[in-house]
Amino acid sequence: MDFNLTDDRQMLADTLNRFLTEQYPVEYRVNVAYEAPFHDAALWDQMVELGALYALAPEQAGGMGGSGFDIAVVFEALGRRLCPEPVLGALMASRLLAAAGADQEPLLTGACKYAVGISEIDAAYELDQVATVATGAGDAITLSGRKSTVYGGQVADVILVAAKQDDRLGVYAVQAAQANITGYGMMDGGGAAEVLLDNTPASLLIADAQEALQDAINAGILALCAEAVGVMDVTHTMTVDYLKQRKQFGIPIGKFQVLQHRAVDMLTEIEQARSITIKAAAELGGVEASKYASMAKNMIGRAARLIGEESIQMHGGIAMTWEYAVSHYAKRLIMLDAQLGDTDYHLSQVMKTYVA
Amino acid sequence: MDLSYSKDDLAFRDEVRAFLSEKLPKEISNAVRSGAELTKAMTEEWHAILNARGWLATIWPKEFGGPGWSPVQKHIFEEECCRAYAPRIVPFGLNMLGPVLQKFGSKAQQDHYLPRILDGTDWWCQGYSEPGAGSDLASLKTRADRDGDHWVINGQKTWTTLGQHADWIFCLCRTDPDAKKQEGISFILVDMATPGVEVRPIRLIEGGHEVNEVFFTDVRVPIGNLVGEENKGWTIAKYLLTHERTGIAGVGFSIQALEEVKALARKTRRGGRPLIEDPLFAARIAQAEIDLEAMKITNLRMLFKAQEQGAPGPETSLLKIKGTVIHQELKDLARRALGPVAAPFPGHVSEGNLMFGPEDTAHNAARYFNNRKTSIFGGSNEIQRNIVTKTMLEL
Repeated sequence: MDFNLTDDRQMLADTLNRFLTEQYPVEYRVNVAYEAPFHDAALWDQMVELGALYALAPEQAGGMGGSGFDIAVVFEALGRRLCPEPVLGALMASRLLAAAGADQEPLLTGACKYAVGISEIDAAYELDQVATVATGAGDAITLSGRKSTVYGGQVADVILVAAKQDDRLGVYAVQAAQANITGYGMMDGGGAAEVLLDNTPASLLIADAQEALQDAINAGILALCAEAVGVMDVTHTMTVDYLKQRKQFGIPIGKFQVLQHRAVDMLTEIEQARSITIKAAAELGGVEASKYASMAKNMIGRAARLIGEESIQMHGGIAMTWEYAVSHYAKRLIMLDAQLGDTDYHLSQVMKTYVA
Repeated sequence: MDLSYSKDDLAFRDEVRAFLSEKLPKEISNAVRSGAELTKAMTEEWHAILNARGWLATIWPKEFGGPGWSPVQKHIFEEECCRAYAPRIVPFGLNMLGPVLQKFGSKAQQDHYLPRILDGTDWWCQGYSEPGAGSDLASLKTRADRDGDHWVINGQKTWTTLGQHADWIFCLCRTDPDAKKQEGISFILVDMATPGVEVRPIRLIEGGHEVNEVFFTDVRVPIGNLVGEENKGWTIAKYLLTHERTGIAGVGFSIQALEEVKALARKTRRGGRPLIEDPLFAARIAQAEIDLEAMKITNLRMLFKAQEQGAPGPETSLLKIKGTVIHQELKDLARRALGPVAAPFPGHVSEGNLMFGPEDTAHNAARYFNNRKTSIFGGSNEIQRNIVTKTMLEL
């Protein structure tokens, strides 16, 4: 048993944290996160050089990591600075390319940006409800349907799309230039896209992709959980600092027990969230990966909402302002619940294990 | 990062498992499983079995007869004991007074008392809380006044767990009424057979007899029964509160409780199907199970930290808060899973006639009510929040 990070991972975490602290101060981050294309190409390249993408793939795929703990380290660092760059899409695409045995070099060098299109308007989370269809074979494959909230889709070069052909759920690669893509910024910063496919040319990546998609989703869930842990940690620290500084009735408001106990409860939930994320990281790729990913996402959803809402409430009016950083942290905490399955969806996934 | 036990730890776990399956008497584990109050004889029998194996004083250092286990080994032992439904060790002599004597006691006190704790000669209880001194323990009023070679003790202790079985009590007494409240307290050992000691039972919410009031009227105790320095008892009390905190999350008991809830929800039928397939109820179970899964890891993380740093940190207060809340939630679900079948008062019905058999129903509601205590004792969850506020948040 060992809960320390390996030296390599600690170094990666330190490097990314330092880089993001220096290059992505919150004022600058807000500019990038809310102005098209919701992405900073120069910083993206630097981040890739520091190893942020290589850490996501195993050595045999040309990367330098790929385990649950590598993923967690990268995304916790991204979360601490609310980095809006499209790393989630890169991670999930990397899992799919690995399952297909496809070349990942363009992805890992950052030269080619990937997004993954699974969600649809009427199939936000459920793979078995995917309605996008693939027709044809070989060079003549086309896709029709609509992929919704494709994270990073606004700047992607390639979109990996989940679609059905004859009831087989497959993964197909679509060149962004050939699809009808509407990019937009999101409430919590960063970008996504609606991807309209209308007999759009595509190439087959994985014919029977149920397992590969589930693995990509599990990895994505882990990434979101680790990101949330980073966001929560910083949010809580800012909140406690504020309790020490802000004076009302002649004393720091942190002297009021009603606020102290709530700050402790936030800390308890953050530690619990960190624990279940560690568990999900350890199980990623294993036979129970989906179960623990669901457990983690459920707990993160509850904890993130608590931290997000309480941090606003305990700050008071200042946290309602665009200018004050906590407002942006809180938005991320609330909105990430709806990515890759929310609190209730994942609770129901755990409940399914009870039915014989 | 590595969440698995080492090879040595796994071998140790197997050793503990084998020991428990061979040596833990069925009638004792059945009693634990049923939730019934254990008899004194059962507890003493189990203590003796553990002592014969050298596994009774699990937190004592080797030099005093402990097994010299690492925090992880202690955790494994506790986990396996829960898994096998072994009784909880009565902690007052073994986990509380023992370490105090080892740190603060004289050689003579160690030589006299420690072996008697191990072999069960002396059953100890704790004289801390008073009617006016609960969370604010330092405001205690029980007095010990010097009279020649004796202390003369007057006052009242309360919530004295299993005091009805005890031979001895260790007490915090005020020995300098003029000092500031933490500074005039001493730690004194009292033979319960001394004239002037009177134990009165307190009947608990569920009807059980677990705790007592202990009254002291001119109780004369030899001055040699003082542990450590006069007026330094608060240091000892604080040491005790922070000393041994592994297992404070009660994860093993929550694992038991989760199994119980699931088993009951599979047997109970509602709307023509097992209750566990009812989405509302299953959602409650699932949420508790997720919280418990996280708590298992939180517990191991703190354990690992304790092992690395040599002592547990203030994070153990977080374990206590969350661990008790999860356990109470599961006990609540167990009661709700039975529904109206949980109603009969223990002992008022012929257990053999009940729907699921006595092991499920007889003590179910009683255990729910009894376990409301866990967020109150050992420093209430509110006091734990105060501790975290000061030590971790520095507010």
